[in-house]
Amino acid sequence: MKTTLIDLSYLIAAALFIFGLKRLQSPKTARGGNLIAALGMLLAVVATLFLHRIITPIEMLAGLVIGGAIGAVLAVRVPMTAMPEMVAAFNGFGGLASALVAIAEVARYLIPEVPGLAVLFPLPIEQPPFDVQLAITIVLSVLIGMVTFSGSSVAFGKLGGYITGNPVLFPGLRLLTLLVALGVLGSMGFVLAGAETFPMIADPVVGGIIALTGFALILGVLLVIPIGGADMPVVVSLLNSYSGLAAAATGFVLDNTALIVSGALVGASGLILTRIMCEAMNRSLLSVLLGGFGGEASEGAAVATAEGKSVQEATVEDAAILLAYANKVIIAPGYGMAVAQAQHQVRELADLLQERGVEVKYAIHPVAGRMPGHMNVLLAEANVPYDQLYEMDEINDEFETADVALVIGANDVVNPAARYDKSSPIYGMPILNVDRAKTVLVLKRSMRPGYSGIENELFYLPNTRMLFGDARESLTKLINEIKAL
Amino acid sequence: MLDNLIIFVLAAFVGFEVISKVPQTLHTPLMSGSNAISGITIVGALVVAGMIGGTWSKWLGLVALIAATINVVGGFLVTDRMLQMFKARQPERKTSTEKTEAASVA
Repeated sequence: MKTTLIDLSYLIAAALFIFGLKRLQSPKTARGGNLIAALGMLLAVVATLFLHRIITPIEMLAGLVIGGAIGAVLAVRVPMTAMPEMVAAFNGFGGLASALVAIAEVARYLIPEVPGLAVLFPLPIEQPPFDVQLAITIVLSVLIGMVTFSGSSVAFGKLGGYITGNPVLFPGLRLLTLLVALGVLGSMGFVLAGAETFPMIADPVVGGIIALTGFALILGVLLVIPIGGADMPVVVSLLNSYSGLAAAATGFVLDNTALIVSGALVGASGLILTRIMCEAMNRSLLSVLLGGFGGEASEGAAVATAEGKSVQEATVEDAAILLAYANKVIIAPGYGMAVAQAQHQVRELADLLQERGVEVKYAIHPVAGRMPGHMNVLLAEANVPYDQLYEMDEINDEFETADVALVIGANDVVNPAARYDKSSPIYGMPILNVDRAKTVLVLKRSMRPGYSGIENELFYLPNTRMLFGDARESLTKLINEIKAL
Repeated sequence: MLDNLIIFVLAAFVGFEVISKVPQTLHTPLMSGSNAISGITIVGALVVAGMIGGTWSKWLGLVALIAATINVVGGFLVTDRMLQMFKARQPERKTSTEKTEAASVA
């Protein structure tokens, strides 16, 4: 009876998760959807607490309160600009939890059986015999969970700027990764080989699990560290998928349907995002994972400068007049806007233009920024209505009718070379057609190239005007200038 | 085991079906929301930590519980914070007469 009740509440929780995710299909229903999913989680937790015979409720409650408090403080305090690293951090905690649960499951077999104890404290769940099948699910859970944890930690450091966002490559990195991967396989084999005799002979399994934990942690670091800043949207989505798979693997360990279903949902969601991100960069997942591509070119790095080409620099006055007397302006924001935290100024400028009757739209490239949907969150924070934001495919034909395409801190996603230059590293990547607008106004810090380190010919087009400087400062000047017009 | 595999595969299909339709605008909230859902491992942590067992399994379970709770509570809260920022256009829109005025000034 009791197990039926538990299973039923897990089923309802899983259904609530699916309902909640479904409501994320529209911004109107999304907030309610998140609440529904949270209720599903609450139901699952309450059902577990009350229906399982939890023996040490005080410690359970302490764990819930401590974790809940940390989570709540982090979630409420974090500024929107720090959202990418926050998502990575939460992701890491999920992976860690899944792996630790699997390890704890192994540790549970290590208690010597005390006669009579089982009568005093009947086990909430029948403890199945430790066999190879269980061992397989445990090693998978530990591997995926720990890789998620250490990989997310590195991603957290890169996104938050605590470690360099550039790809970290050193001679022998590939070899080292290979060796660590072999270590992972070896320790997994060790655990499986020792499974039959466990827990009578405990050492092979215990040692194997400890070695696996170590190797998996190193592997997570080695997998993420060679990947550069601009490829982060792929990494973040992939780690998201891993955290789901880790939960599902733990579900197999505990024979728990709620974990399996939810883990599968999240795994699928992360995979879809990963695929979308890869397609938006026209790169295979493998080439992203091998890394070494997405670094920021350093200031003043030697770049083949386009000979015989010159850029046309605009003054703030020119730019203000261009914008103020346009009929239609399309804004294309990029990571530079996030770095300068210029989203509020962007909104202010757009409002000002709209007051003057200018039609303003935003064109959002799928991989602009450091995580899927990064620009959308920043602009939403600045109160830009989401129905002014357009996806690339929706707006690309509209650039031809725009008077001004305002490029703010975007580079490679607006480089026309991606269309035809087969020698270019970004060849084939779908781009925003900003060059088709009557005038392209580019706000940019300097002539420094984008992460791919390649020259952007957009800057040299006859219809392009460059306004150099920090995006936030330039926008503030533009706003004042337009107000004075 | 086989039953679990079937459940896993079917759930993955449902996930693909439901999530492919999420618009780009909501990709970040989708990520942090689904991430919070992956904190379902909190249930596993409760089961493991709450069962009678050795000190090791209890402590591991407790750390897992704390990590999972951070994931769940933080994930859902931060998603809610993000989603409440997504607003549609306000009804009051500027008329086209002002636009022609601006143009005539030019």
